[in-house]
Amino acid sequence: MLHVDIVKQLGEFALQAAFESQGRVTGLFGASGSGKTSLVNMIAGLLRPDRGTISIDGEVMDDTEKGVHVPAWQRRIGYVFQDARLFPHLGVAQNLDYGRRMNRVADDPAQRQRVIELLDIGHLLDRRPGKLSGGERQRVALGRALLSKPRLLLLDEPLGALDEGRRAEILPYLVRLRDEARIPMVYVSHDPAELRQLATQIVLLKNGRVTSFGGVKVLSGS
Amino acid sequence: MFDITPTEWTAILLSLRVATVATLMATPPGIALAYLLARRDFWGKSLLDALVHLPLVLPPVVTGYLLLLAFGRRGPIGAFLADYFGIVLAFRWTGAVLSCGLMSFPLLVRPMRLSIEAVDRRLEQAAETLGAPPWRVFFNVTLPLALPGVLAGMVLGFAKAIGEFGATITFVSNIPGETQTISSAIYSLIQTPDGDAAALRLVVVSVVIAVAALIGAEWFARRATRRLHGN
Repeated sequence: MLHVDIVKQLGEFALQAAFESQGRVTGLFGASGSGKTSLVNMIAGLLRPDRGTISIDGEVMDDTEKGVHVPAWQRRIGYVFQDARLFPHLGVAQNLDYGRRMNRVADDPAQRQRVIELLDIGHLLDRRPGKLSGGERQRVALGRALLSKPRLLLLDEPLGALDEGRRAEILPYLVRLRDEARIPMVYVSHDPAELRQLATQIVLLKNGRVTSFGGVKVLSGS
Repeated sequence: MFDITPTEWTAILLSLRVATVATLMATPPGIALAYLLARRDFWGKSLLDALVHLPLVLPPVVTGYLLLLAFGRRGPIGAFLADYFGIVLAFRWTGAVLSCGLMSFPLLVRPMRLSIEAVDRRLEQAAETLGAPPWRVFFNVTLPLALPGVLAGMVLGFAKAIGEFGATITFVSNIPGETQTISSAIYSLIQTPDGDAAALRLVVVSVVIAVAALIGAEWFARRATRRLHGN
């Protein structure tokens, strides 16, 4: 369960969001500039709220009143960025194994093989990120986040930088991920169609405020 | 004309040794400082920045004399080092390492700082979300991506160290076999009757070293950049 109740001033922009989600995939929906990415960065621990609390499965990540702020690297939250952010100086295989190495998770070849097959990236392992297409890059970024064995996976418009064809290429992987990987996800998008396919619960964000919350139905109101 | 005499060889080897040791010793603090200046905000940052650049703008004689005051046998730091550690810097080749290292420090730090500033912070964030603590982020992401600039800084520092003259001759004098580098040897030879040919030989040698360092730096930087971008 993800619980968020935060206030953050970002220049002129005020972000004030509170919601609690039990869903397997929480869709965070809003126009660009509605504060989606800032909110996700706060859940990841990359940005500190001015006031409020964030907790995952009852474990407190942020509590400004008690002065609690668990740094990003201790949260075990996977993050797939819009721009993939693969390490350009490492090969695909090293990128994939980075999270496991950092978290001192024991090598799990079966899990690794499952993820590689799920995302269809076995033939890319020896390549450098510079040699990959946008879609391939995003699949490797997904695999990298999954293999760090996160307790929550954040996906910030993972299809945003891709053209129509590439989107259609990745979307099935995401659906499979939802149904097979059993990791709760927060999926950020400004595309209702995408969220209808993936999300189980929706948080509607407008100008830094949560305007509605509920099942996928709330998307039809927007 | 190209029979380099033993005295000249001594000066050449000493210069190479002084510049190499100075560069190697200045590199770790140089990287640390470059990182601080590029990535951290703290009280007194502009003062520290100015202090780093001071050797570049002070007359070298002044820097050398200040070193002599501080690190001479009776200077506060020099007396301490000699009494407790038996380390004497004044009029020794190790003192030349100190003065060359200090004089080349601003040139060494600058490219390092620029290349660290240019590292994409979003990649550092990605490493954080994958569980890397700050020091791992630095060694796994920031430093490898800044490597071309780090190497460029080292080469620039080395070239400056090998040519350093004013501060070094003031601090450690011009003793053949101990502190006489290529530069101070050339200086002595020019003042000696019939020293022209020998001076010219050393001039050619220093040009060769400088050009070799520049070509080497270019080669390293290209290789490093190619490796980073995976081509």
